[in-house]
Amino acid sequence: MAGQEESSRLVELLTAKDDQLASAWVEAVSRTLRGRISLAELERELNELYTALVDGLRHGAFDWQGDAYAELRALLAELSRSRARQGFTPTETATSVLACKDVLAPTVDTGAADIHAYLQLGKLMDALALFTLEVYAKTREEIISAQSEQLMELSTPVVKLWEGVVAVPLVGTLDSARTQVVMEKLLQALVDADADQAIIDITGVPAVDTEVAQHLLKTVVAARLMGAECIISGIRPQIAQTIVALGIQFGDIVTKASLADALKHALGRRGGDLTGNGGQA
Amino acid sequence: MKAPLPDLDADEETMPIDSNDDVVRARQLVRTLAQRCKLSLVDQTKLVTAASELARNTLVYGGGGVLRIGLVRRAGRTGVSAIFDDDGPGIPDIDQALTDGWTSGGGLGLGLSGARRLVDEFTLDTEVGGGTRVAVTKWAR
Repeated sequence: MAGQEESSRLVELLTAKDDQLASAWVEAVSRTLRGRISLAELERELNELYTALVDGLRHGAFDWQGDAYAELRALLAELSRSRARQGFTPTETATSVLACKDVLAPTVDTGAADIHAYLQLGKLMDALALFTLEVYAKTREEIISAQSEQLMELSTPVVKLWEGVVAVPLVGTLDSARTQVVMEKLLQALVDADADQAIIDITGVPAVDTEVAQHLLKTVVAARLMGAECIISGIRPQIAQTIVALGIQFGDIVTKASLADALKHALGRRGGDLTGNGGQA
Repeated sequence: MKAPLPDLDADEETMPIDSNDDVVRARQLVRTLAQRCKLSLVDQTKLVTAASELARNTLVYGGGGVLRIGLVRRAGRTGVSAIFDDDGPGIPDIDQALTDGWTSGGGLGLGLSGARRLVDEFTLDTEVGGGTRVAVTKWAR
């Protein structure tokens, strides 16, 4: 196997003074993490990595993608994931691996063969550090996409305002994905609450452009197909002027400035009465 | 491309528009500048909405592009200018594209014409096969 000689030499060097080298590594890493991980935990993590590294070198030379390194890769992936979740920076995460190079750094009296072996170790550790960073980035992406999903769920609550009246307060940007969620939830709520009046409140939508308007219109049409009437509320003065300038036609859809007005209108259509005296208003 | 462009001041900012998230970011950037320029709330909303339409056009019809935005000063007035640039297919018939209700995609057909009504100055420069550039300006009153 290529590099057999260097890897055996490295195993020799790494095992000869393993306690000393591993604790030098722990010390170097703990300095960069500034006590945000307990020393005992760091020691446990790095000692495992150290053992796995020596094992990998012994059986797989420098082929870090091979089977001999499977355990090391698994350990690194675990370390990287936990660092990403705990909010450590990419530098701090990669340093945990890269610092291992320094503990074997050549000194003045290092022989030529050992320097060669050290260079090979350097290459290996660089590759492993990149692998660690990749896992780190992937974990971060997973966290972000999970959060945006949660946000999507959170940001579209459908509330029952009155007997037969449901409302969706929309907050933030309305894109195609969110409209889809809003529409599904609203239509389901119409069925669940046995409602025939739906209020879509856009007080929290900062700007209504043609795309948002188109999404709103589609939602209204879908609700109508189910026999429900929609009211769009929360049209602020600046939004009203913008809609007029854009030339958007809301047609026969009822729009109101406030949610309260919309509720009043919905109750009026249902023949209900806000004072609750049972009679027709 | 020959229409004169607004003279952006030194603090102009540039951002790519290559995804839906960029449209949102472009909108936020325009809002920040509109506030810095002390546009009224109505004018802020109008400019932000126009920018939103144009950014989406850049993305959907131009296949992505670049937004340059900055403050402009002329005759003692201050305003905000945004320039949207893409290397897309261009617009073959400008009059048709600026007609209310006409769309080559699936939209309402009000984006380009509506954006023109929302701002104080609007220039459209396009060439079939040579991309499209739209520059808009809103002045503080």
